[in-house]
Amino acid sequence: MTVAPRTDIGLTSDSIVWTRRHLLALQDLTPQEIVAVLDTARALKEVSTRSIKKVPALRGKVVVNLFFEDSTRTRTSFRLSAQRMSADIVDFSVSTSSVSKGETLRDTARNLEAMGIDAIVIRHRSSGAAETLSRLVQCSVINAGDGSHEHPTQGLLDLFTIREIFQAQGRKIADLHVAIVGDVAHSRVARSNLWALTKLGARVTLVGPTTLCPNQFADLGVAVSHDLDSVLPHVDVINLLRVQFERLTSAAFPSLREYNRFFGMDEARLQKCRPDVLILHPGPMNRGLEISTPVADGPRSAILHQVTNGLAVRMAVLYLCIGASGDNARGPQNTATVHSEESTRL
Amino acid sequence: MRILLSASEISALIANLAQQILSDPDIAATTPERLAIVGIRRRGELIAQRLSTIITGQLRQPVALGALDITMYRDDVIGKRPITIPIGTQMNFRLDDRVVILVDDVLFTGRSVRAALDALVDFGRPRLIRLAVLIERSGREYPVAANFVGRRVNIPPQNIVQVRLRPTDADDAVYIDEIAAAVPPPAAAPPASGVAP
Repeated sequence: MTVAPRTDIGLTSDSIVWTRRHLLALQDLTPQEIVAVLDTARALKEVSTRSIKKVPALRGKVVVNLFFEDSTRTRTSFRLSAQRMSADIVDFSVSTSSVSKGETLRDTARNLEAMGIDAIVIRHRSSGAAETLSRLVQCSVINAGDGSHEHPTQGLLDLFTIREIFQAQGRKIADLHVAIVGDVAHSRVARSNLWALTKLGARVTLVGPTTLCPNQFADLGVAVSHDLDSVLPHVDVINLLRVQFERLTSAAFPSLREYNRFFGMDEARLQKCRPDVLILHPGPMNRGLEISTPVADGPRSAILHQVTNGLAVRMAVLYLCIGASGDNARGPQNTATVHSEESTRL
Repeated sequence: MRILLSASEISALIANLAQQILSDPDIAATTPERLAIVGIRRRGELIAQRLSTIITGQLRQPVALGALDITMYRDDVIGKRPITIPIGTQMNFRLDDRVVILVDDVLFTGRSVRAALDALVDFGRPRLIRLAVLIERSGREYPVAANFVGRRVNIPPQNIVQVRLRPTDADDAVYIDEIAAAVPPPAAAPPASGVAP
């Protein structure tokens, strides 16, 4: 029983220093910081296998789920993650809040903060909303998806899943070729994946119709293809993006049937892939559109592993961000507390 | 930095710890399958592995071996910069009704052991827990005492005891770092740093 080596990109997280209070975008993180999150998540994954699925690290901390967009998986995952770290969590959704009465993001956030909270998990339809919020408040801000910008915890959990499965075969992320398929242009998942994967040295090919996967992405150091079938034999991982009907403003492709014909992952296409290919999907799936049911539920699919790993990754992110911010949250109760060197040393 | 224990002294002390453990009446009265040796990561884990080899050899029956990461149970982890990156706990068995031998490298303030006791009971309700440490130094802040001790040392609280064990370190040795006497040491070093408080 020895400590598993941390050999990705030749780094050990022993030498890694995490000091970030916010997680806003994977574009901001160093490769070392990404490895720090992945290593922390690996350590915390075991907690969810215990009969007592809880550790006391974030006891007394308060996390607010501030969701301006619909979400089942991410919101529940953050909720459970906070609870497994012993934090208290408040769900705040747009339909039941004063936001529907016209309150601004700034006022909502500052009011929440005045109640003495330690972190806000925000999902918003506007790109940059999480970063804006981080300038308005003293507590930690964790981006749970902002417009088509980034969804950092999804990017991290995809990376965690890829690393876990390929590390068991003795392979590193830097040796892998990953295809991200579908509506790349509107996808925050694609952007977070792109940054995380390229920072750890993976080869990335973006695949989709020209309208949804423009060639300009090649400027980011990745390959762009509009022909899925020619890419399939060369990749180790295929991350299938959801067709986001809510973000498609004009007819990006002629019909769903045509999309499925050119970019839908089915058993015939799986036959063209390497036998050990890994299929990922961030969910929720449009079964029969971007992914067929036999592929989604088949042996190459790691979709439910992604959901399980999402918990460990979000536990890690909450621990690192709240842990690094310490008692920085300046709610009314906190300002009355004197933080001497002595008290923080306890 | 001066050397406190050499490699041969460490292995002699671990062998002696194993004999102390096996001579304990409660442990001697327990069947091997109800015993568990649990090391606090990381240096305590390495000592636990070595104890397990000796004890398994003498009992001629395998004894459950676990490794405990106490990062999430420490009272100084939040707000500490840099924040400690945990390694994870490996406990592939329940502790209900077991006799647990908890192992650490250095007993100093007692805070690591306090955290470890909290962590242990999340895996069940042990019948009893005994504490074995390679080095016991003065400076307890919590009411914790070891049942089995390799070496007792009395050194100033500012000094740092550094335990180095293979394979995590290049060699087996225990050093006392007196250079640190001028600056106050961190209240509690993280278990992953290899510098026991």
